[in-house]
Amino acid sequence: MAEALLTLAGVHTHIGQYHILQGVDLEVREGELTALLGRNGAGKTTTLRTIMGLWKASQGRLRFEGRDIAALATPEIARAGVAYVPESMAVFSDLTVRENLVLGARQGRLDSARLEWILGFLPALGKFWNHQAGNLSGGQKQMLAIARAIVEPRRLLLVDEPTKGLAPAIVQSLLAAFRELKATGTTILLVEQNVSFVKRLGDRVAVMDDGRIVHAGPMPDFAADRALQMRLLGLAMEAHT
Amino acid sequence: MNDEFVPAQQGKGAAIPAAALDYAPLVLVPAVAIAMLPLVGSFPTWVTLTVAGLAMGMMIFIMASGLTLVFGLMDVLNFGHGAFVSVGAFAATLVLLPLGDWTQADSLALNLSAVGLAIVVAMVATAAVGWVFERLIVRRVYGQHLRQILVTMGGAIVTEQMIHVIWGAEQIPLPLPKALRGAFVMGDVAIEKYRLLAVAVGLVVFATMFLVLNRTRIGLLIRAGVENGPMVEALGYRIRRLFVGVFVAGSALAGLGGVLWGLYRETLTASMGGEIVVMVFIVIIIGGLGSVGGCFLGALLTALVANYAGFLAPKLALASNILLMVAILLWRPAGLYAVARR
Ligand SMILES: Nc1ncnc2c1ncn2[C@@H]1O[C@H](COP(=O)(O)OP(=O)(O)O)[C@@H](O)[C@H]1O
Ligand SMILES: [Mg+2]
Repeated sequence: MAEALLTLAGVHTHIGQYHILQGVDLEVREGELTALLGRNGAGKTTTLRTIMGLWKASQGRLRFEGRDIAALATPEIARAGVAYVPESMAVFSDLTVRENLVLGARQGRLDSARLEWILGFLPALGKFWNHQAGNLSGGQKQMLAIARAIVEPRRLLLVDEPTKGLAPAIVQSLLAAFRELKATGTTILLVEQNVSFVKRLGDRVAVMDDGRIVHAGPMPDFAADRALQMRLLGLAMEAHT
Repeated sequence: MNDEFVPAQQGKGAAIPAAALDYAPLVLVPAVAIAMLPLVGSFPTWVTLTVAGLAMGMMIFIMASGLTLVFGLMDVLNFGHGAFVSVGAFAATLVLLPLGDWTQADSLALNLSAVGLAIVVAMVATAAVGWVFERLIVRRVYGQHLRQILVTMGGAIVTEQMIHVIWGAEQIPLPLPKALRGAFVMGDVAIEKYRLLAVAVGLVVFATMFLVLNRTRIGLLIRAGVENGPMVEALGYRIRRLFVGVFVAGSALAGLGGVLWGLYRETLTASMGGEIVVMVFIVIIIGGLGSVGGCFLGALLTALVANYAGFLAPKLALASNILLMVAILLWRPAGLYAVARR
């Protein structure tokens, strides 16, 4: 089989004196949506930040498109084609929706056709085009953070708990947005606690606990195995719908 | 920006204002000035104090604007900034003293040309000093506040000593060009010409910074970087480069402030920048660290209050800056315009 788009092998990350990631092995295959699950504090966010170079791995290999990225600085990793939607969304609140998107486009100009497409599945952004991002609702900020990440085509999209704290109706529209992204072949690594959300999206699943991947496999198998879910996450998927 | 894309749905049913401007700090400056009129009593005196305060405020703003962005972008506390002010003022002498013919000529055009040339030389010199300072000193202490304070203070001392080495330990006179001396008199009201020039330069600098920060891509990146530097990096921009650029530009602005302030005092000492940097720090704290608009209003407010206090209660004048800062921070703990930080 061809090498995966992103491969983490034996990755350790320390934050100050704390040993957070303790040997993470993870593969994200081209064109697939890989869901990264796990309890609070399992190390999911740290994994994404380590891929992005925002924390430096102290040990292990990170390969992206066959290239070693462990030693690269964050801007270089972004330029290699990795886009990041952090847990905090991190929209620039002082800037308008348009200005946030302009910064997402490293070329400096917004491609109208692509933007039409994005606003097609994230319509709230068009409505608030010239409004300060700080004034948006949580769901709108989440949509802006996603749009900013994909305003130009990227090879890999990292998204950290996009549904956290959002109303069910907004979660539904995010679901549609991710389906649209998937349909166009975008490779996504999606961190979630909302299992029912990723069950409907994921091709593959990886489950973390205590800084390690404790399960990895196809999503349909995982979704069908309640005992496994119970053991790994302490709940059945139905409990979350 | 070079994108003309306008989404079809834009504006429909928009419930929130496009840009909610916070007016209270804007009103504060004129409100303080007007409130002082009855206390000062005499209108001509009030005008003199107010113009002097505005001129001083503009000069402080020019010195402080770079520093607030430097802090906002990289959390760097640069106590060496004052030395750049001194370097700027001394560099101006390299132009203004040899060009005595121009500065003492009865021609406003020649006078202004000399000052303009001095400003260019001073800004280039302080930009270069700032660049070296960033490479040699600041870069090594990113993220370590205590070391930054110690090391940048040390750098300031070294820079001041270099001024002594080059220009000697004595103070140097820097006379105002002829056409800039004296005052415009309208009835009882006298307004010093040079103060008007300082106000004009300050407004130009503020307008330019405002346009750069709001209308250019670099400006957007700076504003975004002040709010959340790591996210800017995650979008693929090298924030260190941006920071070096801002540091150098801020140093050049300190140099410009130094020229203006040197001409205002008409005598230069190597420690003149270090003396005013306390006020500069007060101003950027009052304004809200990282906010250029807040820095502008904070500088005007601080200088106006210092002038009125100097006239009304000379004994309080020294404490007036601190009292103002305490009052502002009680009202708005993060300064006039708090910058959202990660
Ligand atoms: N900045 C930090 N400093 C110290 N510990 C941290 C920091 N960030 C995260 N941690 C710790 O690392 C562990 C994993 O955190 P995180 O990756 O955020 O988990 P998750 O995203 O799976 O909820 C937690 O125990 C958390 O307390
Ligand atoms: Mg997390």
